[in-house]
Amino acid sequence: MNEVCAGNKGPKIKSDCHVTFQKTQSGGISIRLKSKVAAMFGEQIENITRATLQKLGVEHAELTIEDTGALDWMIAARVEAAVKQAGDIQEEFWPEFKTYSQYSTSRDRDRLSRLYLPGNNPKMMLNAGIHYPHGVILDLEDAVAPAKKHEARFMVRNALRSVNFYGAERMVRINQGDMGIEDLAYVVPHNVHLILVPKVEDPNYLRRLDEEVKRIQAYHKIDNPIYYMPIIESALGVERAFEIASACENTVALAIGLEDYTADIGVKRTNTAEESLYARMRLVNAAKAAGIQPIDSVFSDVGDMQALFENVRKSKQLGFEGMGCIHPRQIKVIHQGFAPEPAELEKSMKIVDAAQKAEAQGLGVVSIGTKMIDPPVVKRHTKQIDRAIRMGVLEENWQELLND
Amino acid sequence: MTDFVKNAAGRLIPTHINGKEVVPFQGVGKFRPSGRKYAPLIKSVADYPDDGDKRVPSLKDALIKAGLKDGMTISTHHHFRNGDIIANQIFDIAAEMGVKDLVWYPSASFPCQEHLIQYLESGVIHHIEGSMNGPLGRFASQGKMKGQGVLRSHGGRYQAVQDGDVHIDIAVIASPCADPFGNANGLYGDAACGLLGFALVDSEYADQVVVVTDNMIPFPCIPWQIQGNNVDITVEVEKVGIPEKIVSGTTKVTKSPDRLLIAEMTAQFCDQAGLIKDGFSFQAGAGGTSLSIGIYFGEIMRKRGIKARFARGGSNQYLVEMFEEGLVEHILDGQTFDLEGVRSMRENPAHVNTSPFTSYNYHGKGNFASIIDIAILGATEVDLNFNANVVTHSDGYLLHGIGGWQNCLFGKTVILPIPLFRDRIPVIVDEVTTLCGPGELIDVIVTERGIAINPRRKDLIEKLKDSDLPIKTIEELQQEAEEICGKPKTPDFEEQVIAAIKWVDGTVIDVVRKVKE
Repeated sequence: MNEVCAGNKGPKIKSDCHVTFQKTQSGGISIRLKSKVAAMFGEQIENITRATLQKLGVEHAELTIEDTGALDWMIAARVEAAVKQAGDIQEEFWPEFKTYSQYSTSRDRDRLSRLYLPGNNPKMMLNAGIHYPHGVILDLEDAVAPAKKHEARFMVRNALRSVNFYGAERMVRINQGDMGIEDLAYVVPHNVHLILVPKVEDPNYLRRLDEEVKRIQAYHKIDNPIYYMPIIESALGVERAFEIASACENTVALAIGLEDYTADIGVKRTNTAEESLYARMRLVNAAKAAGIQPIDSVFSDVGDMQALFENVRKSKQLGFEGMGCIHPRQIKVIHQGFAPEPAELEKSMKIVDAAQKAEAQGLGVVSIGTKMIDPPVVKRHTKQIDRAIRMGVLEENWQELLND
Repeated sequence: MTDFVKNAAGRLIPTHINGKEVVPFQGVGKFRPSGRKYAPLIKSVADYPDDGDKRVPSLKDALIKAGLKDGMTISTHHHFRNGDIIANQIFDIAAEMGVKDLVWYPSASFPCQEHLIQYLESGVIHHIEGSMNGPLGRFASQGKMKGQGVLRSHGGRYQAVQDGDVHIDIAVIASPCADPFGNANGLYGDAACGLLGFALVDSEYADQVVVVTDNMIPFPCIPWQIQGNNVDITVEVEKVGIPEKIVSGTTKVTKSPDRLLIAEMTAQFCDQAGLIKDGFSFQAGAGGTSLSIGIYFGEIMRKRGIKARFARGGSNQYLVEMFEEGLVEHILDGQTFDLEGVRSMRENPAHVNTSPFTSYNYHGKGNFASIIDIAILGATEVDLNFNANVVTHSDGYLLHGIGGWQNCLFGKTVILPIPLFRDRIPVIVDEVTTLCGPGELIDVIVTERGIAINPRRKDLIEKLKDSDLPIKTIEELQQEAEEICGKPKTPDFEEQVIAAIKWVDGTVIDVVRKVKE
């Protein structure tokens, strides 16, 4: 029987572990542990390892665990990944589903920022929530090396059950094609809120995905809806943006991925982004036509917060309602960039205030001075006020203050 | 058999360390020594060359002339940090001469001094009285050192010499710049490190004072941070230190988003508590998080048009920037961390070099540590009573020195910005492994998941009661960490005491025991 392994080790790796596994014929379970925290957590590490092996039906094996401060759910994921490389086992070991992992989301919530977290890097997941992004994305796709794809699934599944993301919407980016459909079994039963679907060009793929999600949900008796955010990353995708946006009832947002899009049309991606202006405007239009949120691409220069801010402002101006981020320090800047500007907010307050007064007086028409205000305009400004309150830039009793 | 007594902190400590009776910790501000300070030998000009040239050809000649023999206490200093060469050379020479049972009294040790483990093993060095970092700490924790270590704060080191707790036979002061008479400073030369404050007490009290430099200039070496009148012997060597390991070209602000968040929360806390006000003072280290806190302070000060009267450094490029911008009127520098710090000290009289005498000595007529409004410090562990540990890790091994940490606890508001856990190890524990600082002196813990205010600081609790910052109890923070990490087991120790932790007044606040392996 060959030796197999899973996990990460090396001088730069922290809060992770590397498991070497070899099935044996007899002799029970033998665990060799190398860990800096052995004096404090040696027993716990051994216990979780044994519990995982027992659930998977492994009775005789030799394991070497090289640990750099991994938590129980990370160790369990590594052990399971190693065991499953050694043989086909259907059983799964699910770590405790923490109560703080069981909150729900809603279709219309803000998705201004969503933080990408590599699916095979548990250390980064642990503290992602403390930066309060609107969403966290456990990424199974581009952030995971091809050889690590399968072991990342266990890590992402266990993270969904174990990590406190402090209220962020819990998103997973699956792989492309068939692999992405396979990914679903590892995330759907574990309160994933939203699935990011990469490089979508065919609305039928979304329909297939939706069927599979519903099948798994039915099997596990899950009622909460799972939402989708397709990512458009090619010229063809842009051309089919509206079809993609309207393919499934549970699609709540449409994102654009500019690295791949610019490569596809054969141009260089720039900070000023003229090359993708058409695609972005087309995508915004398609999303709005389908009644969902248009979401912008990530800004990759994590050192330049000023350029990021300007980028966000431009994005907001085009009609986008959110942006990806690859570093927690970008979150605050993105929120500030999307926040209504004071002059805008003042206008919104006046319009909403006038609309409510008109309604109270039973007037069918809203007007400010001599200017008539159409219902869709009122709706847009109401949304803006709500968001400003949620983001803390406007007091809840703004109306009292306005009329004081 | 050694007797053990319980000190005022409830810690069981031996009555004797290295065969000498010790005073158990009696509580903060309780121990009052009497008598006069320890006095150095009286010397006569008649015994020194009239032309002021005290040079001998080599470090070995200097040690022979100083009378190096078995059982002596030899002191060195950590101005060159991990770039120090001289301490290792001293013990190479002692080993070569067949000298044994020396006591090494450094102001701090660094990883480069792992070299000395062979001499601890062979008996050239009997024990270390000073910080034991990294490999030296592990060696001591394994019970391999012949004598017991004694750890003191920077202020405690000054106090110990001044009070006669420690008698220094030979002090070797490695200097970036000196003259043949023995005047020396840290400002000029390849090994420029800023100041030589840690060596002040040695130069005043040691029986024999040796100044070693690789940059011998004609008399007078100005400014004379070390005065030649206190110096017995001078030596010129090829090299005293490795410049790139002494000061970094640039100190770096942390890039870790979690640490930046902690830094930002700390600055917001200070702001909301009303601590950042015109004429205030703060102490900021050169660690990544501390540097960022300084930068956030700067942003708040700029916005409000506030100036700090002084900052206590650890000077570095960021503090110097604030100083030159006029946000900070004085830098009281205890240790210079980068070349910008050295330059600023050279050029600007308001960037002052300080010593443990002015900043930290507890047996003096005051010191400026207690004048500082905000002191930002670290810790390896904090317990539910806000007691903190800086010398051992939760696995029981001795790994760090005390530095100026204990002394800075006397600042008006003491804040520890620390991650709630590090690679699974929670920072908040039921009881600290080693007690270094009593909880009554520690006011606030800032972690990425919440801020705990010491219940003794009712004023701060009141000021922050409507804050949007995540103010929690220390118990809540502990629970949160243990929910994530699990509850760690405490390490097993053997009976054997391997080191004593002194409080700032020379009493023993705790001891470190051998780790059961």
